[in-house]
Amino acid sequence: MKLARDTWLVYQRQLLLMARSPVWIAVGLLQPLCYLLLFAPLLTSALAASGAHSTADAYRIYVPGLLSALALMGGLFTGFTLLGELHAGVIERSRVTPVSRVALLLGRALRETTALLIQSVLIAVLAIPFGLTVGLADLLLAMALLALMALMASSVSYGLALLVPTDAALGPVVNTIAQPLALLSGTLLPIALAPVWLRTAASWNPCYWAVEGMRALFSGHVDAPEVWRGLLLTALLAAVAVAWSARLFAQRIR
Amino acid sequence: MIVTKGLRKSFQPRRGAAAVDAVRGIDLNVAEGEIYGLLGPNGAGKTTTLRMLATLLAPDGGAATVAGADLRAAPGEVRRRIGYVAQGGGTTDQATAREELVLQARMYGVRKAEAVQRAEQGLAAFDLTEFGDRVCKTYSGGQRRRLDLALGVVHRPSVLFLDEPTVGLDPRSRSQVWGEVRRLREQGMTVLLTTHYLDEADALCDRIGIVDNGGIVTEGTPEELKQKISGDSVTIGLSDAGATTGAERALAELPCVQRLEALPGEDGLRLHVDSAATAIPQLLRTLAASGIEPEHVQLQRPSLDDVFLALTGRALVHSS
Repeated sequence: MKLARDTWLVYQRQLLLMARSPVWIAVGLLQPLCYLLLFAPLLTSALAASGAHSTADAYRIYVPGLLSALALMGGLFTGFTLLGELHAGVIERSRVTPVSRVALLLGRALRETTALLIQSVLIAVLAIPFGLTVGLADLLLAMALLALMALMASSVSYGLALLVPTDAALGPVVNTIAQPLALLSGTLLPIALAPVWLRTAASWNPCYWAVEGMRALFSGHVDAPEVWRGLLLTALLAAVAVAWSARLFAQRIR
Repeated sequence: MIVTKGLRKSFQPRRGAAAVDAVRGIDLNVAEGEIYGLLGPNGAGKTTTLRMLATLLAPDGGAATVAGADLRAAPGEVRRRIGYVAQGGGTTDQATAREELVLQARMYGVRKAEAVQRAEQGLAAFDLTEFGDRVCKTYSGGQRRRLDLALGVVHRPSVLFLDEPTVGLDPRSRSQVWGEVRRLREQGMTVLLTTHYLDEADALCDRIGIVDNGGIVTEGTPEELKQKISGDSVTIGLSDAGATTGAERALAELPCVQRLEALPGEDGLRLHVDSAATAIPQLLRTLAASGIEPEHVQLQRPSLDDVFLALTGRALVHSS
């Protein structure tokens, strides 16, 4: 009860601050839009082998990957905002109050999740004129999967920010983790195109299953095993990530 | 209200490096309604002590009771009873003072309607109503500091910790902050603050603990501390070098003079005496007998600076 109340308190404040500096929406949209406009058209022929016969087919394969990459990368880099708040003394001011430590973390991770969902919906809508078609129920389920990915990635990022508490050091650490994770989950091109060893490596990457689930949903295969597998695995990982960083938060930040 | 016994903390700067003792056993006893100042140079261990007492750092050893709650056994209870204002504050640039106060009150578990009311009172009490709905990044240093104080007491704690409350403030804002702290004490709050400003310790604190090298070197009221440096000093200005040598010879013999030295760069002497009140007539009489006419005589009570110098062998360097 107290956890829910405190999380809501922190989340509300974070949303307010987000709404006060709406630049993030523009910045967050610009890069994905570039990919959508300048990269995705290349894929029609490149993906012909995986059964893409039109631009619409290419978008159906590419957009879920793009959204997954956005959730993972956006989430993994959010530790920097926590560092900013640590430096400004905002976290310390909260720490001397009896507010729940997990709430301080969860409220922020949920802010990040919300931001990513808003961006994802906008991108999905902007892809419609290019021929993307996706059912509403499938889209909602895909957004749930994205939310879990974002929650997991931002919790991991907060944990990393606590372990590596300087801007200069956190950047390389996050990059080192984020790049192989994104590549090995087939966010750019489906792993199905990869050689066998790469496919084997990817199957050990939990994010791969999430991205596969996203693709299945965007293709309208809600009953595909990738969907529930992706959802279950990501939910599990999100729970572990939240628990891990919350524990770190409570330890470092008594 | 605050009792500590042998509070200790050491840090390991790097993995494998030797631990540095930041605080090596601090004993404090701060009474209710008292303003107690920890005075010392940067790096003496003042902030570490304060952060331990405010539950932000776990002590390595020792015990402490803050506002009746045991620091190590019940840090949550301590948190509810104290307010803490960090050296750099902790306000968000994009939020208004009113929003910050409401949030802070709510983080202490206060209900929404009540929190809104407390924010209103906080703004009024700290002279912030005029800017209450502007975002913090537009505030001057003094306004920001007053907001920090308002945030620190929005839940009406019985003990308030202030870390360097007036660092970087202009003189007017400084005296305003002092006024606010005194007002809080009048309302019965106990205040423990750190400072490296001697005048601040002197003007604001009921008692001072001088901190150096992770421990309290001595403590007492500002007056008591100054009396520990026995006696006063008297400066006598003389007309020329000849008079100075003559006066030096004549006065050195007097029993009331502990020691004397020539003033650097000008003609005259500085004398250390037990009590200026009884020494000055004797000094003047002796000088007259030697035919020396002093140009001026000045009496100096010892400052906390002298106390610090005498106790630690170093001057307290101001780093503002």
